[in-house]
Amino acid sequence: MYEILEKEVLAPTIKKVKVKAPLIARKTEPGNFIILRVDEKGERIPLTVADHDDKTGEITIIFQEVGYSTKLLGSLEKGDYIQDIVGPLGHHIKMEGYKKVVLLGGGSGTALLYPKVKGFYEMGAEVITITGARTKNLVILEEELDNYSDRLFITTDDGSYGHHGFVTDVLKDLLDQEDNIDLVIAIGPVPMMRAVADMTEDYGIKTIVSLNSIMVDGTGMCGACRVTVGGETKFTCVDGPAFDGHKVDFEELMNRLSFYQDEEALAGEMEEEVNG
Amino acid sequence: MALKPKKTPMKEQPPEERINNFDEVPRGYSDEDAALEAERCLQCKHQPCVDGCPVSVPIPQFIQAVKDGDVIKANQIIKSKNNLPAVCGRVCPQEEQCEEVCVMGIKNEPVAIGRLERYVADYNMDRGTDKASKEEIEKYRIPELEGKKAAVIGAGPAGLTAAADLAKYGFKVTIFEALHATGGVLRYGIPEFRLPKAIVDEEVEGIKNLGVDIQLNVVVGKTITIDELFADGYEAVFIGTGAGLPKFMNIPGENLNGVYSANEFLTRVNLMKAYKYPEYKTPIKVQDKVAVVGGGNVAMDAARTARRLGAEKVYIVYRRAEEQMPGRDEEIEHAKEEGIIFKLLNNPVAIHGKNGRVDKMECIQMELGEKDSSGRRRPIPIEGSNWMLDLDTVIIAIGQSPNPMLTKNTKDLETESWGGIITDENLKTSRAGVYAGGDVVTGAATVIKAMGAGKKAAENIKEYVLNKNK
Repeated sequence: MYEILEKEVLAPTIKKVKVKAPLIARKTEPGNFIILRVDEKGERIPLTVADHDDKTGEITIIFQEVGYSTKLLGSLEKGDYIQDIVGPLGHHIKMEGYKKVVLLGGGSGTALLYPKVKGFYEMGAEVITITGARTKNLVILEEELDNYSDRLFITTDDGSYGHHGFVTDVLKDLLDQEDNIDLVIAIGPVPMMRAVADMTEDYGIKTIVSLNSIMVDGTGMCGACRVTVGGETKFTCVDGPAFDGHKVDFEELMNRLSFYQDEEALAGEMEEEVNG
Repeated sequence: MALKPKKTPMKEQPPEERINNFDEVPRGYSDEDAALEAERCLQCKHQPCVDGCPVSVPIPQFIQAVKDGDVIKANQIIKSKNNLPAVCGRVCPQEEQCEEVCVMGIKNEPVAIGRLERYVADYNMDRGTDKASKEEIEKYRIPELEGKKAAVIGAGPAGLTAAADLAKYGFKVTIFEALHATGGVLRYGIPEFRLPKAIVDEEVEGIKNLGVDIQLNVVVGKTITIDELFADGYEAVFIGTGAGLPKFMNIPGENLNGVYSANEFLTRVNLMKAYKYPEYKTPIKVQDKVAVVGGGNVAMDAARTARRLGAEKVYIVYRRAEEQMPGRDEEIEHAKEEGIIFKLLNNPVAIHGKNGRVDKMECIQMELGEKDSSGRRRPIPIEGSNWMLDLDTVIIAIGQSPNPMLTKNTKDLETESWGGIITDENLKTSRAGVYAGGDVVTGAATVIKAMGAGKKAAENIKEYVLNKNK
């Protein structure tokens, strides 16, 4: 059992929890994720470790409530326990050797982007961060990102805050105006990552995306998370979650992510009933 | 009284009833059945059955105790060698082990050793007399090993057995398990209707009773490394991480929705209890027409599970003939009784989709040619014999190999090209103090072979630590 030490509501549906997990905290590097199971009857879900402190043995998880399990997790308070957490899993992103990096985060993907922003900044790279949200009250981690970015751009779909439009609008301007961008990283909904990858391909700039496939065990024993990258089948949990955005079959990824839609909707309805 | 030529039958849940539930199919022996069957044992002096058992259970002795009506003693005799008898009595392929060499089996059916072992284990579990007493444990203690730390990686049959034996010697044993539950393949692979999970829980309790500590949710190689274990004062490490990496066929359409590896399918159902969805929150999607590709026990388990999840038509698609099927005869028989349709001498060449979902599987007929390196006749495709099978789900059960997660993240641990860990005859790896056994060394094999390896490794670890500390 893993105790929740702190909880914070970042936006109406985006929550941040700090959990005691010393073994995981000691080994985590930016890009690693964990698999957790909220309770005995729960499913195993993958979530990125947003932050970690090996001295205190704490890890921070930021997540958006999108279905049954994340809503249940969001309902837990300080002092409550999470049944199982395993990690750190997946490859962390190699950060050495880049001078100028553009990092894009969409929606709750921004939380997953944050450890990479911090990581690249601490490595001494020039960090340009673009975070996009649907509307103003869904913008998260503005201060944290600002602390570790040389430049920070915020976009909202409805124009209620920052640039009116998509993260790709800002990226397009940067690609046209800036020299020497040697890496782009995009984390967010699949259509956003795909749009970023399509755009940077024309400019020949290396682009890494972090894939959010369906996972069960997260240790490479089942292949639920398989994706096609450069024509080959890869397991997101062990070969990723970060991949070359120019080689990912996004169409297939979106199809696979939609497989359990009906079941997820059913679980959601049942939870509505429970909560009235 | 003349000896009965046939095994005392075991009652089973009828097929038409059992395809609607996940309850265990064979019901086990009653006291009377067990007494009748025990009478069939000839108590031979040379005991070939014991040599046939990978963990050398003193079979005639325990059967004698059953004859004498002392089922508690029978259990103690079994447990002196076998730490998981309720599991073994159920899932061992006795027909190619202890029962194959049973003298009774030369002219008649062999003694039903597996059924008797199961009876003894269940009898004692039901009465709470299955846990080893302090005195029994005391018999194995080696004072020099008292309190020395040993680490076991993986809580499957090999790891559980090694841990139990090491604990009996006096080691302070910690098992590190990546999943949130113990048992390895006993938990996530073998379905409830063949091995109830309550039985696995009970066996694991017996091992904890020996003083073994079990740490769940720890992926060695990720959460902690073997080097760190040694730095933490562990004197020796046993690797029993199994062969859990699923093989795919690499044919077009394999990433369509509705295509599962057997590992994913069975993990969802067994470990995550997706068959109880939505009470349990992990979903599984099976509709009307399911094909399972492969001919081993995993394929039978997946097919029979799909049937229980409500699939109308479940096919086994296997590239060789029935005689070459690696699955146990009993499981193949059970599958047939449950209406599984066998499409033998057929191999998939492509999976075709509609709207991103499985719609049809294209198969090619096969014929058998010369024997290959495995001694089985090689299947050869018959040109132009392609045909289509209407489906909505495909489950790939063509085998597994060792997961490279641990070996990739451990320095100086030598492996075979297919991923298996290389060991010497004492199950010692290329690294001092590190032993390995079970599927991670042999590739996917049987539960009892893994247990045999765990036992042997524990014995060699004992010798190694005793010598090291001289």
